[in-house]
Amino acid sequence: MNIKASVTGAFLAAVLSTTAFNGAFAADDTIKVGILHSLSGTMAISETTLKDAMLMLIDEQNKKGGLLGKKLEAVVVDPASDWPLFAEKARELVSVDKVSAVFGCWTSVSRKSVLPVFEELNSILFYPVQYEGEESQRNVFYTGAAPNQQAIPAVDYLMANESVERWVLAGTDYVYPRTTNKILEAYLISKGVKPEDIMINYTPFGHSDWQTIVSDIKKFGSAGKKTAVVSTINGDANVPFYKELANQGVKAEDIPVVAFSVGEEELAGLDTTPLVGHLAAWNYFQSVDTPANAEFIKTWKAYTKNDKRVTNDPMEAHYIGFNMWLKAVEKAGTTDTDAVLDAMIGVSVPNLSGGYSTMMPNHHITKPVLIGEIQGDGQFETVWETPGLVVGDEWSDYLPDSKDLISDWRAPMSCGNFNVATGKCGGKGS
Amino acid sequence: MKSSTETPVAHATRQDPSERVMYRILQILFVALCLLISTHVVGLRAADDLGALVDQLGAAKLSEMDERISALAKTGDAKVIPVLEALGEGELYQRKSDGKVFLVKAQGADLLLVDPVTGTEAGQAPKAAMQKVKVNNAVRRAVRSALGGLTLFSDDAGARLKAAQSMLQTPNADALEAIETAIAAEKDATVRRVLDEARAVTLLLSERGDDEKRQAITLLAEGNGRNGLAVLTSALATADASLKPDIEAAIARIEQTQALWSAGQNVWYGLSLGSVLLLAAIGLAITFGVMGIINMAHGEMVMLGAYTTFMVQEVVRNSYPALFDWSLAIALPLAFLVTGAVGFAIERGVIRFLYGRPLETLLATWGLSLILQQSVRSIFGPTNREVGNPSWMSGAFDLGGLTITWNRLWIIVFALAVFAALLFLLKRTSMGLRMRAVTQNRRMASSMGIRTPWVDALTFALGSGIAGMAGVALSQIDNVSPNLGQGYIIDSFMVVVFGGVGNLWGTLVGAFSLGILNKFLEPYAGAVLGKILVLVLIILFIQKKPRGLFALKGRAVEA
Repeated sequence: MNIKASVTGAFLAAVLSTTAFNGAFAADDTIKVGILHSLSGTMAISETTLKDAMLMLIDEQNKKGGLLGKKLEAVVVDPASDWPLFAEKARELVSVDKVSAVFGCWTSVSRKSVLPVFEELNSILFYPVQYEGEESQRNVFYTGAAPNQQAIPAVDYLMANESVERWVLAGTDYVYPRTTNKILEAYLISKGVKPEDIMINYTPFGHSDWQTIVSDIKKFGSAGKKTAVVSTINGDANVPFYKELANQGVKAEDIPVVAFSVGEEELAGLDTTPLVGHLAAWNYFQSVDTPANAEFIKTWKAYTKNDKRVTNDPMEAHYIGFNMWLKAVEKAGTTDTDAVLDAMIGVSVPNLSGGYSTMMPNHHITKPVLIGEIQGDGQFETVWETPGLVVGDEWSDYLPDSKDLISDWRAPMSCGNFNVATGKCGGKGS
Repeated sequence: MKSSTETPVAHATRQDPSERVMYRILQILFVALCLLISTHVVGLRAADDLGALVDQLGAAKLSEMDERISALAKTGDAKVIPVLEALGEGELYQRKSDGKVFLVKAQGADLLLVDPVTGTEAGQAPKAAMQKVKVNNAVRRAVRSALGGLTLFSDDAGARLKAAQSMLQTPNADALEAIETAIAAEKDATVRRVLDEARAVTLLLSERGDDEKRQAITLLAEGNGRNGLAVLTSALATADASLKPDIEAAIARIEQTQALWSAGQNVWYGLSLGSVLLLAAIGLAITFGVMGIINMAHGEMVMLGAYTTFMVQEVVRNSYPALFDWSLAIALPLAFLVTGAVGFAIERGVIRFLYGRPLETLLATWGLSLILQQSVRSIFGPTNREVGNPSWMSGAFDLGGLTITWNRLWIIVFALAVFAALLFLLKRTSMGLRMRAVTQNRRMASSMGIRTPWVDALTFALGSGIAGMAGVALSQIDNVSPNLGQGYIIDSFMVVVFGGVGNLWGTLVGAFSLGILNKFLEPYAGAVLGKILVLVLIILFIQKKPRGLFALKGRAVEA
């Protein structure tokens, strides 16, 4: 009961954006887990859900008896969608609150801003969101999808099943869409797509006037070849984008849009009837029909006391990451960072889509890739999935400066950017 | 069934010869019975065949669906139409126990089953016992073209139009003769025009002679449609050498007209963006422009207006669904009152203590904006809320080569209406007179007996209320989330400063010229660079004319 009170206390404190009081609730015999998700500002829309999901997972684990005979205690901080503040809050979590691991970040820029902190203080971060790859850090476990676990299979699907020949790569103007589109462009060209059949378009964050771009897409799509849009548009800009698509009558049967950042949560603010058939590529959908997922959804709805709450892919990533961490700590018998880092590699836990996900030596995990079509009720229906699990590839094979790099954090290599051509550790990103 | 028909035969042959007459009668009766049964059986078999075909849909893999759908369409039976429509809508389910396929409707937690062939209800089933027949885009396309063929001769002109359009969008050389028969029978001019175009498009794919193809190319060149362009471009690769110059000329002609139209389209987009800017800025033109308060919480007023719309729609959806199309009309006055009241409270509670201290006002209103955002986040949650478009604000219509979406059109109309109403209020009413008097010369107005603090509060409430009404309109095109206002605050200040502080006409002209400028830059520079260029241009402009487009002259400027 005491723990629950402290969790609620931490939660309340976080909501009020006053994080300094968390320490006051700390009980002595607990293992602390840091939650570093924005609860205010632009990214609150996506990250608040992950904070709730983490609190639920910790709550559930405590009901099962905690970890190593101790209760788990959540420490919630609010970095307020402010990238430098992420680094400050991460430092606070590790050095003031002494948390054993941190679950957090959403945007790549926030992850980049906390990397040096985790390296310096030698702590552990679990990063749950699909990202552009081109990174592998000793203290970070990437439980979201790398480009080869989301973008590449989605493009393959469109080529094989919809025989798409012309591509619009539309994205928000920041690092994830730019890198992903660079990889996709190289990939498409390697598949024989002509450069004039690729249109790349970037828009600012929160772009709300999509009239010109949607009409450009329509125009690009009228060249007599099957056209598809690959969307890396992020966050709030998606709702006006899809509204404009629907209003201008761009139907999925004619020009399908496959999105990498649109999940159940983003569709909740939108009438999806005109969007039926547009696609998304993820490693998990709420509609996945497995007993584990049914149980997860039930617990989530009960925990949030809201029957309409949806689950999404980054939540599953936290579910996997959290369970992996529990298993690794049990295996190591301690929460000591170095021991856990060693124990993590090779840990295998069930995911929600009916298989097992394993932590690979490159700190990325194995996942199935699902392609889903938007349904009228705001859910996705899986229309295709990879036959097996896909291993996350941190250094893309399609970019010239990263194709020779590999990452292996096991001794004796212990290197995040080993260059197989030169045989030396340290290439891009060092 | 067979055994029951055989029994009378067995009995009949065992009849005694002396009862021939009786036997004869029985024989006749039997033949009649046989005839009756056999016709019945044939009828049943047709229904069974259709039923079996429909059931096969349930067992098919996604890749096999195409074949199954064309098999269904080949029957040419009108009963197939609702089945295919349901398949496209994802309303076809297979019963897990026996593999039979049903049309379903949600009924509470259960599904109501309808026999797809006969259309009779076949009881209920829990969701767990049924499995949805999987549909993807390829299946939907197959359904669309199959339906096009089936409904081309329908009695309903709307259905024929839809069929013709689907023929146009997914041309199929096999359907050419059907289209030609349909054209001969078609009376409706609109449907006929689409059919003609569909025929031309289809003809280009067929094996017909060059003369006919040339005619089709001319027709497409006149039509200027994007479908025509797509077909012509792909036909260019495979066409005979003799046809190539014609096709190239047609493509050039279509592209030329489209270039003209696209300039018109840019103006339209610019007007539409301008109307959004105007709506967002017009409240600020009062609080910042007229009163001189740097009001950073302006965006949050817009956001509160949008949330009021959400609340109204929630109530309407749950209690009076029939009124949904009116929800925006109901939300407008409510949003005005809610945000007006909040604005009034802000002015009385905070701003009135800070008159003449612009920096402190800026900080205080910025703090207020954060408080408002976070309270909305705590009450409604951080995720987007769904605000639906009423039917009259959904979709688009074509005007020549322009595509005009209804929601944008109505927002332009609404923005202009708000502007006109505000102008009327300021220039033609005694309330407006007082407002102008107080802002132009406070001390003089006060000595004339005007209660200046009261007028200040009302003016601020008016500006906030108008921002709230803007929120109702913006909820139709943007996210309804706690961050809604942030996206508009910079643009609003930009418009007011550019147009000239204190001048409503300046705001109007400023909003529309920025909108159009932005939309003409966007196709060349891209959305990101376009926005930057606009900002740079404004900075340069302000250097030259610090008071904006329409500067106020006279003593008010000095005050």
